[in-house]
Amino acid sequence: MKASNSLWNARIAGAIEPGLASEIDAFENEIALKKQGKIEDKIFAETRLRRGAYGQRYDNGQRHDGIESRKLAYPQPGLTKGPNTLWDAPGMQRIKIPFGGMNAAQLEVMAELAEEYSDGIAHVTTRQDFQLHYVHIEDAPSLMRRLAAVGITTREACGNTVRNVTACPLAGVCRGQAFDVTPYARAFASFMLGHPDAQDFGRKFKAAFSGCADEPCSLVRIHDLGCVAQTRVVDGKTERGFSVYVGGGLGTVPYQAKLFDEFLPEAELLPLGQAMARVFARLGEKKNRNTARMKFLVVKLGLEEFKRLVLEERARLPFDPRWTAYLAEIEKEQETPSRPPGLLQITAPEPADQREWRGSNVYPQRQAGYATVTVALPLGDITADQLRALADMARKYVNETVRTTVEQNIVLRWVSESDLPALYADLQRAGLNQAGAGTILDPTSCPGTDTCKLGISSSRGLAGELRMRLAESAISRDDATRGLRIKVSGCFNSCGQHHVADIGFYGVSRNKGGFAAPHFQVLLGGQWNENGGAYGLAIGAVPSKRVPETVERITSRYREGRQAGETFQGFIRRIGKAACKQMLEDLMTLPTHAEDASFYTDWHDVREYTLGDLGIGECAGEVVSPLEFQLTASEREAFEAQLALEKGDVAKASKLAYEAMLRGATALLTWRQVFFVNSPDGVVETFRKEFYDTQLFFDPFAGGKFAQYFFRAHELVAEERTADSATRLIEEAQLFIEACHSCTIREAARLQAAKA
Amino acid sequence: MEHVSIKIFATADSSPVAIADAIPVFHRWIQARDLPELAIDVADYSHVPAGPGVLLIGHEANYALDNAHDRPGFLYSRKAADGVSLQYVYDSALRGSRRLEAEPEYQGKLKFDPKELEITLNDRLLYPNTEAGWLSVEPALRAFLDGLYGTGAYNITRAADPRERLSVVVSAA
Ligand code: SF4
Repeated sequence: MKASNSLWNARIAGAIEPGLASEIDAFENEIALKKQGKIEDKIFAETRLRRGAYGQRYDNGQRHDGIESRKLAYPQPGLTKGPNTLWDAPGMQRIKIPFGGMNAAQLEVMAELAEEYSDGIAHVTTRQDFQLHYVHIEDAPSLMRRLAAVGITTREACGNTVRNVTACPLAGVCRGQAFDVTPYARAFASFMLGHPDAQDFGRKFKAAFSGCADEPCSLVRIHDLGCVAQTRVVDGKTERGFSVYVGGGLGTVPYQAKLFDEFLPEAELLPLGQAMARVFARLGEKKNRNTARMKFLVVKLGLEEFKRLVLEERARLPFDPRWTAYLAEIEKEQETPSRPPGLLQITAPEPADQREWRGSNVYPQRQAGYATVTVALPLGDITADQLRALADMARKYVNETVRTTVEQNIVLRWVSESDLPALYADLQRAGLNQAGAGTILDPTSCPGTDTCKLGISSSRGLAGELRMRLAESAISRDDATRGLRIKVSGCFNSCGQHHVADIGFYGVSRNKGGFAAPHFQVLLGGQWNENGGAYGLAIGAVPSKRVPETVERITSRYREGRQAGETFQGFIRRIGKAACKQMLEDLMTLPTHAEDASFYTDWHDVREYTLGDLGIGECAGEVVSPLEFQLTASEREAFEAQLALEKGDVAKASKLAYEAMLRGATALLTWRQVFFVNSPDGVVETFRKEFYDTQLFFDPFAGGKFAQYFFRAHELVAEERTADSATRLIEEAQLFIEACHSCTIREAARLQAAKA
Repeated sequence: MEHVSIKIFATADSSPVAIADAIPVFHRWIQARDLPELAIDVADYSHVPAGPGVLLIGHEANYALDNAHDRPGFLYSRKAADGVSLQYVYDSALRGSRRLEAEPEYQGKLKFDPKELEITLNDRLLYPNTEAGWLSVEPALRAFLDGLYGTGAYNITRAADPRERLSVVVSAA
């Protein structure tokens, strides 16, 4: 905790916009009250989350160090900042960057904060935010004040609020855009920030803006509210508006957003957002977090009814001048270059590294003579020195602005093409000249087990390992595979956006002979284009240590087997999932701990792998237990359900998915050696009693969600399903089976600990 | 002085330093539970060029095999505002660097020389990187360095960029 904390307020108070200043003062007071025991844990947790102050792994004061689970002896063990969250444990501070837009002064402040309050690194997220890790809660108000003094707020960066509003980093300079969406994204973000109608959600609300429908830059189809720029001509006049999509989201079960309105006139954007927020706040689920996102409300009500309610709400709203006030300023807001346009001139033979960088990281803008340059950040990380160097470049080459991207990079826009060689030299000096932006060399990853409390496998460790290996491999030089995107999440929550990757992974675990091993589910054929237009489907889980080989296998099969001009998605669709699974079958095997213990540690982490930081220990032999056998069979059924769906047999797919869940539940009951009537009703009834009511099956963070999937599938077993709902059922079946695995690992660890 | 960091640079003849090899080393240090600070976790930034390398994150202080400015060194950063002396920070850095050198991953390949080190004051408000900021800490720093190397037996170079933290690179003869 910093000695200067009490001094910052006086030092910069005048530089902070009064609304933000009083917000931060209030938070500081809440911190003081919490320390005096005058605020409940639950309330304080929500209040800090709403300011972006998040928890971090091990903040319950417990960590497995590779030998045993140990208590972290913080100086104030009795003081907490939320349920089961110790006061002194470092946390993560998320910093909202609307549409990813930042200026040079803001980059410099980010550098200062990374050095003084964090570990010297600022991290760009998959939603254009910044995150700082290892921050002490009592440093947060100073950190927030310093940000506020340069016009950045952390307000509503987490919690059940309108989260960072994202937009294409190319907005305004893109060759394919209908128009620049920046002013609209900015207006939406500032209108919704702290808006009274957006304070009572059951879950978060994410909005995104895109300048076109085809490119992926802001992934509108995976958002609660996605707006795609459109124009139309009426009476000879061009009008601006948006196609509006609602109810998308990744998370455990991904939903594609549905078209709400083909053309919403620009003046209606903010009132529609407000009306939607009111409907979501009024009718959205509040008790069960797992079904509280807007996507569930849209499905529950049906799109037409949801639309009717929103439009009814819109008609009732009292007029607010802010709805349209910003429109008059839009033309004045256009970003301009600081240097004249130029032509790239290369006199001497161009160095190979610069040529490669130009090929992947430079985008010629719609404005002749200018280019947008992507600064590729390894795993989204940038040092304080690099942030300052980037601020210098923003001042030297462009009009002091940069934008973060959902691929965890930063772009400099309006670079005069004649400046490209000089800019490259400056980037090289700062160690920021990595080529391959947006290619297979630039995998995206969420924080995973490095810092996230929910992480199951090391997504950053894996992404880092893949970066290193692919840089040396022919895969990154072959035109067919170079452009593929890899995205990795540490768990089913999808923060790494694995569903929309060509090759996606999310962390799961498996148990063999009493030892837990990190694994990744492989998802193939997700669509990054068309704003995240299609989701990949799970093929199966491979041990974490076999993922590099898995990537090698998939890409070489694609290189060898693709037809002329065939995309990766087309290839995967053509060969089908059965062939994909067959291709990876041998890589899905896990050697025993005795055969190869390295499979039981994770990438870049030498500790024996544990789930929930509980050791497993003792080897129970190499015989495949009936439990493992049954769970494998239920995985197979879920897979067969996918195949049936692929063939258009919705009924068979639904039946198989349900049966996969039933088999998983039966396997657990048999394993626990409890008596049950072996019929679907009997299994459900006993499973509920033994695993749900006792909370044995509860995921430490998702609670009983996965069991509820099973109960719901059982309730609806007789109903006819649509292809959409069958797809969801299959996803839910896979998650339920994963939860069966996790449950047995947790239980084995508990028994082990009790024995010790 | 609060929030002081001291980095002892690796010697020029150390082999190219495998930064990521510090990951298992720091995990072992945590397992050994013999550091005076509460050790929390290991943070790996070995993939970032000229970055903070690999850190052992602690409650009162961090240890790191640091690679800022592309110069490997052993860094001890005091985070707690508890008024420990410069000597304490230096001793911690020296102890840590000696221990790292002796680890199997680095034995014979990595050497730290306390004759060249960097002292950073990690708080811009208390210690601004200005002339006035420097003058306010110079006597204490010099008194410490005089004691360490002998009066006048070292050179000091200050960080030139005013945006950087107040820091000095010290080279002793
Ligand atoms: S996907 Fe899982 S591990 Fe990754 S950041 Fe999200 S919750 Fe954490």
